[in-house]
Amino acid sequence: MFRKSDWTDQKIEVVIANLLRAGVTLAAGVVLAGGVVFLVRHGFTPTKYRAFAGEPSDLREWKGIVRSALKLRGRGIIQFGILCLIATPVARVAFSGVAFALERDWLYVGIASAVLAVLMYSLLGT
Amino acid sequence: MDANYGTLDSEAGLNNLEFTVLVGLGSFMAGFLGALTGLGGGVVLVPLLTLVFQVDIRYAVGASLVSVIATSSGAAVAYLKDGFSNIRIGMFLEVATTIGALFGAFLAARVSTAAIGVVFGLVLLYSGYTASRPQVEVPTSEPPDPLATRLGMNGVYPSLTGPRAYYVHRVPAGFGLMFGAGTLSGLLGIGSGAVKVLAMDRCMGIPFKVSTTTSNFMIGVTAAASAGVYLNRGYVDPGLTMPVVLGVLAGSLAGARMLARTKTQQLRWVFAAVIVALGGEMLYGAFAGKI
Repeated sequence: MFRKSDWTDQKIEVVIANLLRAGVTLAAGVVLAGGVVFLVRHGFTPTKYRAFAGEPSDLREWKGIVRSALKLRGRGIIQFGILCLIATPVARVAFSGVAFALERDWLYVGIASAVLAVLMYSLLGT
Repeated sequence: MDANYGTLDSEAGLNNLEFTVLVGLGSFMAGFLGALTGLGGGVVLVPLLTLVFQVDIRYAVGASLVSVIATSSGAAVAYLKDGFSNIRIGMFLEVATTIGALFGAFLAARVSTAAIGVVFGLVLLYSGYTASRPQVEVPTSEPPDPLATRLGMNGVYPSLTGPRAYYVHRVPAGFGLMFGAGTLSGLLGIGSGAVKVLAMDRCMGIPFKVSTTTSNFMIGVTAAASAGVYLNRGYVDPGLTMPVVLGVLAGSLAGARMLARTKTQQLRWVFAAVIVALGGEMLYGAFAGKI
């Protein structure tokens, strides 16, 4: 009635959790670097967050974000860090799916794939 | 309080540097108190940004979602070492929360910002109410749900008297509540940990320590599902999100570090009072047409 693999589950999750922390650290570093570039160039420009305008297309989808970051634009680099941050839990679900496959738990491979599909749709689909 | 808002208004001439410093400090405090009280900082971020800094609520929700991902993933290690979380329960319920989060993000583009403000105000009032009550274990004598057994959700967690077994109940109802939690998360940019714990504790009869740690895990995945949509729609502004994410992350790490040395009960009360006050302000702002 209880699953036998509690402690292997636990080990796999600890590995994944450490990867997650590495991902967050990396993403935070990228955001910080982009923030420095942004503030050095535009620190004294007035803010404009009260009126909603929406971001330009090169800060909306991943191809544009990567292109903008490669041009070393501050806002592009920050957005690339944010993209890494959003990708971190997505990677976690993918790794969990692999771990379930190693345990031959096909039901949960299916469930993890369903979650992954929703996440990919959100990130790439719309 | 109303009169003070004008001084931080972005139309009062704050430049990006001043704005970054002030928002960063505010976000640090939100993350710090959120971690210290266990209530999460996400729930006060959007009110802080919209009411104090006059940021459009859609930008505020986008920034808050990204910071929720950061704190949830950053805290995962600490939670996992204890051996309380149950990844099968988490993964199964994530199907409901991520679909709910997509639905919430879809709604966010279609309802008025005032309506979002009203829902947010009500959620704040509810969160403040649950935060001020003691956390009690709900014993259940019901038989385990056969569906939970088929899904391998029943588990064991470490306790003072050795490993203790637990059974999961009412899976379909819990799944439904989780869809609701996901929708709120996608609409408001919060982790909605309060609703997730409600679904797992009260409805599914999962032990408190297991439900809290499992919910922390699910929060990041749920927020990622709606953050993708917000990003694609252009609701995530890098200049605004940068100080929010870095501030909340630093604050929650500092808070988690101080947690061992602090008595948090009184702080919980204070933070709950702040949340209720912000809820009232949010409702007032929405009805007065300021949001």
